[in-house]
Amino acid sequence: MSTLTLPTPLTTSPEPGHEERLLEVSMGPQHPSTHGVFRMNVVLDGERVVRLKPVFGYLHRNHEKIAENETYLGSMPYTDRLDYICSLTNNWGYALAVEQLAGITVPERAEYLRVITAELTRLLNHACLLGFLLQDMGASGTPLMYAFREREKILDLFEALTGARMMCNYMRFGGCRVDTPAGWLDQARKVVADFPKFLDEFEKLLVSNEILMERTQGVGVLSRELAIASAISGPMARASGLNYDIRKVDNYGIYSRFSFRVPLGSHGDVYDRYMIRFLEMRESLKILNEALRDIPAGPIIDPKSKPRGFRPKPGEHYGRIEAPKGELGFYLISDGSPNPYRYRVRPPSLINLTVLEDLCLGHNVADVVVILGSVDIVLGEVDR
Amino acid sequence: MDLTAIQSELEKSIPGCRLEIVPNPAPAAQHSLVVDADHAVLVATYLRDFLHFDYCSNVTGVDFLPKELSEKIKVKKTVDGPNGPEEKEVDEVRKTTIPGYLEVVYHLFSTTNRTGPLPLRLRTPNRDLTRESLTLPSLTPVWRSCEFQEREVYDLFGIHFDGHPDLRRLLMWDEFTDHPMRRDYVDPDDYEYEPTAHDEVLARHRAHYSTGAGPAFPEGGGQ
Repeated sequence: MSTLTLPTPLTTSPEPGHEERLLEVSMGPQHPSTHGVFRMNVVLDGERVVRLKPVFGYLHRNHEKIAENETYLGSMPYTDRLDYICSLTNNWGYALAVEQLAGITVPERAEYLRVITAELTRLLNHACLLGFLLQDMGASGTPLMYAFREREKILDLFEALTGARMMCNYMRFGGCRVDTPAGWLDQARKVVADFPKFLDEFEKLLVSNEILMERTQGVGVLSRELAIASAISGPMARASGLNYDIRKVDNYGIYSRFSFRVPLGSHGDVYDRYMIRFLEMRESLKILNEALRDIPAGPIIDPKSKPRGFRPKPGEHYGRIEAPKGELGFYLISDGSPNPYRYRVRPPSLINLTVLEDLCLGHNVADVVVILGSVDIVLGEVDR
Repeated sequence: MDLTAIQSELEKSIPGCRLEIVPNPAPAAQHSLVVDADHAVLVATYLRDFLHFDYCSNVTGVDFLPKELSEKIKVKKTVDGPNGPEEKEVDEVRKTTIPGYLEVVYHLFSTTNRTGPLPLRLRTPNRDLTRESLTLPSLTPVWRSCEFQEREVYDLFGIHFDGHPDLRRLLMWDEFTDHPMRRDYVDPDDYEYEPTAHDEVLARHRAHYSTGAGPAFPEGGGQ
C-alpha cells in the first residue's frame, strides 16, 4: 500500500545564509500569462523554482449557491460562464446530468446537434489553447491570430445557430433550444472541410520548430501514476498515457456511433500535451464529418419535457461529459422542489491544477508560464 | 461489481467497519455507501488497492439541516359531549425531528475496470457546528485529487479534515469567517468590507510631521 507523496520543497545548497537569498515572487493576479486572475506564490533560488503555491478565488462568485436558489433551467445561462470559451459543452454537461436525474430522453436530431456543437467547441478550445501556449512561449501574436482566425469562423456558426457568440445558452433538458437556420449545416460542412488546412499549416510551421521543442520537451513531466492519483482528466491525462476518454468510457449521447480514436502521449511533458491537442482536433474532425453527414430531420426537443415548473423526483445524480479541458461533472441532489437541493460543478481546470507544483519544481520561472499554459485553465471555471 | 458485494467484501476484510447503503431512487440508481469516520481511511485504501477505484473524481460537501416532519394521526380521547364525557377519535399532529448533519461525498471511478461512479459518503455525527463534531478524516493521503477539493469543502462548509497536509481556505479570502455553502448561511450586510490601514497610515503621518518641519497644511493638520 502506497501512501500519498506531496511535493517536497527542493533542498537548496547548504551554504550559510543561503535561505536569505531565496526570493518569494507573487506571479499574478495581474499577470498576462496567468490566463486570468490567478496567482502563484513562487519561491525562487536564482531562476529555479523551489516552491510554488497557487492562490485561487479572485473570480469566485459562488456559482453553486446561486444555482441552489435558482430553478433548474435558470442555471443554464450561468453554466455558460464557467468555462467561457466552451459554453456549449458546459450546457451539455448540465443538461445531461439533469436528464439522467429525471429520466428524460433526447430526440435523435438534438443528439446530433449536441455532438456537432460540442466537437466544434473542442476544435475552438484546442485551437485557442495552441495559440495561447505559443504566445506564452514568446511567439508573439502570429500563431494566436492564426488560431483566432479559425475560432472566428466557428463563432460565426455559433452566432447563426444560437444568437450568441460565446454565451450560447443553447441546450435544454430533453433537447436543444432552436433548430438550425437554413443553410447552417452547409456552412458548418464548409468550416469543417477547411479546418485541416489550418492544422496542416500550423503543424508545418510549429511542430518541429527547434525553439518550441527546446522549450517544451522534457519540461513539466507528469507521470501516469500521478495523473491517476490526482484525477487529472482530459488531454492532460491522455498526454501522460492514461487511456481515459469519457466519450469512450461512458458512451454518453451518441458517441458510440462514430469512429474515432483516442490519441495518447508517452512522455507526459509539455510537448506531448501540445501535440495531443493537434491529434484530438483531427479526431474531432472525423466525428464532425460523420455527424454532419448523418444528421436526420426531426424534432429537436422531447415534446414531453416541461420547461416550466420542472421538478425532478427526489434523488441524486452525478453526470459527466468529456469537456475540452477534461471531465466536467455535475452533481445534483433533488428534494422534489423546483430548485436543486445541492448543485456541484466538478471543474476540470481546478483539479488539473492539483499537480502544478509537482510539474514546476526544479524548472525556471519562464517554464512555469509554459507549464501553466499547457494545463489549459479558464479562471471562470477554476474559481466558479 | 454490485454494491452489496462490495459492502460484504469490505466488512469481511476490515473488521469493525460500519457500512450502510443509501438507496438512490433516481433512474440511474447511483446508490452510495456511507462509511464510519473511524474506518474511512482503511476502507478508502482497500477500495483503491484491491477493488481498483483508483480515480477519485469529485469531492463535495452537502449540508442537511434538521428536518421537522409533521404527520396527522388519529388519537382516542375522552371529550366533553352533549351527554357527558364520551370517547372520540381526534386528529392530532405529531412532530418528529430528524437531526441534521453535514456530509462529504467522494465520487470514485476505476480507470482499469472503467466502472463507477461509486459515491462514498462520510457523515458528521450531528450538526452542532463545534470543532469536534465537524471533524472528519481526510482522504487526501489515499487520493491526491482530494487535496484542493477538501480544501474547498473546508472553506465553504467548514468541515475540518484530520490528516490533510495543507488545510487552508481555497476560494474565500483568509480573513473570512463564515462558510457560505451551509444552508443556514446569512449574507453579510457589507460585502465591500476590506481591511485597510487608513487609520494607521494617518497616525504615522501625524507622528512624522509632528516636529513642524515639512509641508504646511492649510487646515492645520500636523502642526
